[in-house]
Amino acid sequence: MRPLLLKGGRVIDPSRGFDQVADVLIQDGKIAAVGTGLGLPDGAEVRDVRGNVVAPGLVDVHVHLREPGNEDVETIASGARAAAAGGFTTVCAMPNTDPVTDNQAAVGFIVRQSARAGLTRVYPIGAISVGQKGERLSEFGEMVGAGAVAVSDDGKPVVSSHLMRTALEYARTFAIPVADHCEEPTLAAGGVMHEGLVAARLGLKGIPAAAEEIMVGRDVLLAGLTGGHVHLCHVSTRGSVALIRSAKEQGVRVTAEVTPHHLTLTERDCERYDTHAKMNPPLREAADVAALRQALKEGVIDCIASDHAPHAYDAKEAAFDDAPFGIVGLETAFAVAYTELGAGGILTLAELVHRMSTAPAAAFRLPGGTLKPGAAADVVVLDVAARWTVDPAAFFSKSRNTPFSGRALAGRAALTLVGGKVAHQAEAPAGS
Amino acid sequence: MTAPPLGKDLVGLEDLSADQIRLILDTAEPFKEVSERPIKKVPALRGKTIVNLFFEASTRTRISFEFAEKRLSADTVNVAASGSSVQKGETLVDTARNLEAMRIDMVVIRHPSSGAAEFLGNRIRSNVINAGDGKHEHPTQGLLDLLTIRDKHGKIDGIKVCLVGDVLHSRVARSNIWGLLKLGAEVGVCGPDTLLPRGIEELGVCRFRRIEEAIEWADVLNVLRLQLERMEMGFIPSVREYYRVFGVTAERLEKVARPMTIMHPGPMNRGVEIDSRVADGPHSVILDQVTNGVAVRMAVLYLLAGGRPELADAAKRSGGLE
Ligand SMILES: [Zn+2]
Repeated sequence: MRPLLLKGGRVIDPSRGFDQVADVLIQDGKIAAVGTGLGLPDGAEVRDVRGNVVAPGLVDVHVHLREPGNEDVETIASGARAAAAGGFTTVCAMPNTDPVTDNQAAVGFIVRQSARAGLTRVYPIGAISVGQKGERLSEFGEMVGAGAVAVSDDGKPVVSSHLMRTALEYARTFAIPVADHCEEPTLAAGGVMHEGLVAARLGLKGIPAAAEEIMVGRDVLLAGLTGGHVHLCHVSTRGSVALIRSAKEQGVRVTAEVTPHHLTLTERDCERYDTHAKMNPPLREAADVAALRQALKEGVIDCIASDHAPHAYDAKEAAFDDAPFGIVGLETAFAVAYTELGAGGILTLAELVHRMSTAPAAAFRLPGGTLKPGAAADVVVLDVAARWTVDPAAFFSKSRNTPFSGRALAGRAALTLVGGKVAHQAEAPAGS
Repeated sequence: MTAPPLGKDLVGLEDLSADQIRLILDTAEPFKEVSERPIKKVPALRGKTIVNLFFEASTRTRISFEFAEKRLSADTVNVAASGSSVQKGETLVDTARNLEAMRIDMVVIRHPSSGAAEFLGNRIRSNVINAGDGKHEHPTQGLLDLLTIRDKHGKIDGIKVCLVGDVLHSRVARSNIWGLLKLGAEVGVCGPDTLLPRGIEELGVCRFRRIEEAIEWADVLNVLRLQLERMEMGFIPSVREYYRVFGVTAERLEKVARPMTIMHPGPMNRGVEIDSRVADGPHSVILDQVTNGVAVRMAVLYLLAGGRPELADAAKRSGGLE
């Protein structure tokens, strides 16, 4: 591999509080140096990235890549390609595959498929319980040995508080987070959107905010009890934010994520029964969106995660009650967040990079999220001046289910490097 | 050509203006008279094909639509969920495509999913009439309730109407709320909080937690059917207690001096939400509702098919509709 010099970009490395115009030299798949007036090794390729931002590759701790089991809507390779296009160099794949990723062999399969794709790194998350049935713990140790970086029963809540407790305790041995999809099932049963005025008008069964908050409350109490690390998936309500804030103040080991859609859309997007606005947790109210944005700014919520959830076109082409939950997000996450939060003055660009790269890597103790010399060259060059319109037909993902179709957005990944290798390059390259 | 006065579909009263609702009610007037004739038929929809697509059993709504269609001389086909491909497997999309391929003019749809009528309307060229979609709306029921109130009170503006019972699961309640509010009525809802949508006051209705207060306030009580499965789902403890706390009984009505108009969309659970003496009493307009149902549905079909409102009126005068 030829050495590569990314020249003249605004280098943002939140892991070192670095934010200035500089060059980044990549050699042997690693960051060799960051600074100005760097010497150019023999045969080096130089890319002029003036006007662009050079940042650690984005990290997404919550994606569904559907392989094994549902390869017609996504595979590890197509998901990794979509991730690269979105500027992600690391993603963590949830275990609600078919069969469930609840053992060493299944985890190893994902690691191998990721290596075969050779694009964005896909780290497996193992299931908390065997078959995600919520009964017996799966073999965390074996799965971690095979490459799992966390455990979760996402897609389903952990109903048994006893199971959640033992998972948090047992996970301490392996220093991995237990990621929970917080949903009290008897309150949420049959619900298809946020319980509020829009649901009342549309005649759809609501999922009250309390269904999430009860489990957030339980989980932080159990994390306090056990000293384990709980990671709360896709937080969606202001009440959850308050619970997390208070738990963090008390020193509980809790981290949390929020999706781009929960930061930007509300229950109103379900109007006219738009099934692309059907997700779980549901889109909430404007006051929730405001609280989530504030929490992200303050670090009460640690990071943005896409909850990328591909579904077939036909599945979403249905009555609202009958459509599945979830949307794809890898290829729109950065631009949606940048357009709505960055350009909107909620987060600085450096804060946004932190919440999409350094912070999620830290939460899951993953490599990445840094441009420190010696680290793997997982780098994204962000063209923040780019203006583009979301066209799902142009997605690298095999699925197109997005509520952002037709949206005019700002900012996109011009170049994504994984271990120094080009995983994605936008059509209009960043310099030459 | 002017745009059709109601648009292509009738999905719900939320989407209609007060003028459009008044137009339907006014158009229903001459059609009432058609049903009183010895030969109850006018040629207004001759040559039009209408499919009554019922994914949920509903004898009375289907029969009412069928009478309305036949009295307008339309050709009708009934497709019931039982014993057809719509029952299992076939998606709403495929159903829509098949209907489209058969070049039908109008579809009357009843479906258990909220939004199903709008979904179908957005995917086929034929006119779609919502005959009840999940818990969303049942616009022709709302319209016939409005017509019945107008007949009884001479107006709707300023009349106080209280919907009693399971508002949460009721499409009839939603259509009533929109229609009544648009025409200037005051609207109340009364029932246990378990059966009233949270935040419903934000629509501009007042909430009564006690039936006595609702009776004290209202000019009209529209008593909703209590689905007995609500008990199993834990919304109310027992039918016995429901009747005791929320039942519309003769004793409760006697306590107010004014006559109270009593409505019910049917089918009734006598002794559950309503006392037989009230349902069959002098102030009950429950059978007028049934009669008006046919006239209102004739008006909706006629207007959606492109019938001009003034023609309905002229026809009334000359005794024939073309
Ligand atoms: Zn989830």
